[in-house]
Amino acid sequence: MRKFIILIVLCPIYLFSQEQLEGIVLEASSAKEMPLPGANVYWSGSSVGAITADDGTFSLPYKFSYNKLVISYVGFKTDTITVNENTYIKHVLQASDELDAVVVNSRNQATSKSYLKATNTLFVSSDELLKAACCNLSESFETNPSIDVNFADAVSGTRQIKMLGLNSPYILITTENIPAIRGASQAYGLSFIPGTWVESIQITKGTGSVVNGFESIAGQINAELVKPSTDNRLFVNLYGASSERLELNTHLNTKVSDKWSTGLYLHGNTHQQKHDVNDDGFLDMPLYNQINVMNRWQYTNPEKGVVSFINLRYLNDEKQAGQVAFNPDNFDPRNPGSLSGVETWGSEINTERFEVTTKLGYVNPEIPYQSLGFQTAFSHHKQDSYFGLNLYDIQHNSFYSNLVYNTIISDSRHKVKTGLSFTYDHYDELVNTDTYERTENSVGGFFEYAYDNLDKLTMTAGVRVDQHNRLGFFVTPRLHVRYTPWGKSAWRFSVGRGKRSANIFAENQNMFASSRQINILNSGGKIYGLDPEIAWNYGISYLQGFNLFERKADITFDFYRTDFQNQVVVDWENPYEINFYNLEGDSYAYSFQFEFNYNVFEHFDIRTAYKYYDIKTDYNSGKLEKPLIPKHRLFANASYETHQKENGAQWKFDATYNWLDSQRFPSTDLSPVEFQLDDYSPTVGTLNLQVTKVFSPKFEVYLGGENVTNVRQGNPIVSAENPFGSNFDSNFVYGPIFGSMYYAGLRYKLK
Amino acid sequence: MKRIIIILTVLLTTVTFAQNKNAKASIEVDGVCGMCKERIEKAAIRTKGVKSAVWNVDTHELKLIFDERKTDVKSISESIAAVGHDTKEIKATEEQYNSVHPCCKYRDEDVQTITKKKKETENKFICLN
Repeated sequence: MRKFIILIVLCPIYLFSQEQLEGIVLEASSAKEMPLPGANVYWSGSSVGAITADDGTFSLPYKFSYNKLVISYVGFKTDTITVNENTYIKHVLQASDELDAVVVNSRNQATSKSYLKATNTLFVSSDELLKAACCNLSESFETNPSIDVNFADAVSGTRQIKMLGLNSPYILITTENIPAIRGASQAYGLSFIPGTWVESIQITKGTGSVVNGFESIAGQINAELVKPSTDNRLFVNLYGASSERLELNTHLNTKVSDKWSTGLYLHGNTHQQKHDVNDDGFLDMPLYNQINVMNRWQYTNPEKGVVSFINLRYLNDEKQAGQVAFNPDNFDPRNPGSLSGVETWGSEINTERFEVTTKLGYVNPEIPYQSLGFQTAFSHHKQDSYFGLNLYDIQHNSFYSNLVYNTIISDSRHKVKTGLSFTYDHYDELVNTDTYERTENSVGGFFEYAYDNLDKLTMTAGVRVDQHNRLGFFVTPRLHVRYTPWGKSAWRFSVGRGKRSANIFAENQNMFASSRQINILNSGGKIYGLDPEIAWNYGISYLQGFNLFERKADITFDFYRTDFQNQVVVDWENPYEINFYNLEGDSYAYSFQFEFNYNVFEHFDIRTAYKYYDIKTDYNSGKLEKPLIPKHRLFANASYETHQKENGAQWKFDATYNWLDSQRFPSTDLSPVEFQLDDYSPTVGTLNLQVTKVFSPKFEVYLGGENVTNVRQGNPIVSAENPFGSNFDSNFVYGPIFGSMYYAGLRYKLK
Repeated sequence: MKRIIIILTVLLTTVTFAQNKNAKASIEVDGVCGMCKERIEKAAIRTKGVKSAVWNVDTHELKLIFDERKTDVKSISESIAAVGHDTKEIKATEEQYNSVHPCCKYRDEDVQTITKKKKETENKFICLN
């Protein structure tokens, strides 16, 4: 009993007594580590410090809130070490002059593929994003063969992306793992994320993880945004193009307190010059104005293991397209009185969007493999638009929340993620004279098990169950396996299921820029009378790294098949109609890709790829190839940079070539002869070039050209001379409309 | 009654303490580079009862979380010695030590200093180059 009392009495004393952190500082001399007397040791951000004694040892007060210990000595490199608990510190300082002699520079690859991950994931760093001076996310995939970027049509001016031959609605696009581009923002959402906001992109082929939902079918794209705590204090990007497109990006980041940082990100772009290179009376690209503002708050508390982000975002985007002579002031399709004597065809797309997202992450400081994350996202999206006499308005309110718990079973080779998610979407649409309103909500739970034998095998097996008011109750299983039978290789297998409701109007807005009659042929389903889309995706890939003439090289083969159990078929085969109906029969997409990457000589890398697609659907008129998708594609990218000088100065050169095979046009057999098109488009090859001159880590200038060989599609609009007639259609775009475009810009950053 | 509860609580906590499922320990393991890290961590985690093992190349500290009912620091050290790495408690035999890659020969002073310098600029698996 007495012992207990002693214990109880002793404990508080122990707790209140000031803890001391002890350690030793050594210097690495030629043969042995020697104690270093007189070195400074202090806690970063405090006045608490000590000087090492003759034998190199030190002792200084320790508090839990301290975590960065700075060790410095004249003539030696200053080191900062992270201290998470009070343990004996043994640290070796390096002489600063000696260090220069052994600098080993390892260049970070701009894109890299992991040999270890279970999923077929490509990491795209911000360096890669700079290769194309991309202004927004949709343009940032141009130097990368995994994603296909379409040519922008004249009305929206927006590039759509494809993966495995499937359109972006089948790709789950997230920003920091929160679904970002879906619903109403599906068509233009990629152009709403400025390129400079993106820190890195991860592209996963195949269905991916169940953690982010059940909607991904072809793949997942995640964009990590720049973080207030790590981004430059000030960043300015100015861009101007020969088309008279101007863009400005500024980032302002500041540390508010030792735990809070905030960043203000501003983006504006404008294009007010009318171009009609092909003399068809229509603008080659829309006039537009975009203002995009984001304010991020980041909270980091390493002692408690808490990280949090709060993002507020506002976007206003205005586009005007149509005939050169069009003046929107004299035209209002909502007011039939103003339409008398309408001579010119025009379109306006005005979007306003507001977003709040939050993230809260907790890592158990005692047990680092246990963590809890909670994400929420709310968005309000409002688009008012008209395309000639076609009206289309959409409002979409969305709420998303996801709770994820990470832990291990038995040991850290067996990791487990589990959690709950809740989503709510409300759509309110006006399509000409019809209104469509619907609410979708779902509650789901998921469980994902990841196994890593630390050697040849990794595996991720996930399953989720969801109760959705329109899709019903369903199970989504997904499996990814990686196996490495020999060095520098990775075999990957994946299989998974995805399910989604097709937002037929929002996803196919280009159909409004035609005289086509819009028909929905089914009426029994729960989404516009249609059924949800369900698909299985199977994939196999092989990556092999090797040395070719003593330089690094790698090859990748991948093969994916997507099988639709049900699909909302978008049928363009009648030139006077666009029909939506549930799939009857087969619909599948095969994709094969071969990639070869090689570091030819120092600072010179090439990437090449060949892609083959076979995508067929049973239309009402028979089994047909999916229109406007080339069967064969070639891609090549070469990049060279000069050796970096001491002050950071260097030149960077980049070239990207894309070749597309002929693409099938939807049938025009029913049109009068003068409006009939060939069955297939001509082939197209485009070349983009860019040169960057880096003056210092603070300042660089870039100059580039897109489509420098000036390839153009002559007549992108059918019946352009009679836009209110029954044959007008702007959907047969297979190549660039504007021709070559040159741009220049500068980047300035302050750390 | 109160006293019994106190004693019981104290006893119970002691019992759970002795049988800690998430016992933490930090031991010093000799090694030099990323390749050693991989070897050390693998050996530790493959010891039955070890839940997490993270080795720091700089400090040579191996942070362990393990189930005390299944293993102890001594058995973990044995597994680590078996792949050739010394701990305070158990030294690897000459035969075990010789099994490590030549550039991971941490007992060799030259290897230590060279690797440390290299590591400053390149945090990767330098031994592989």
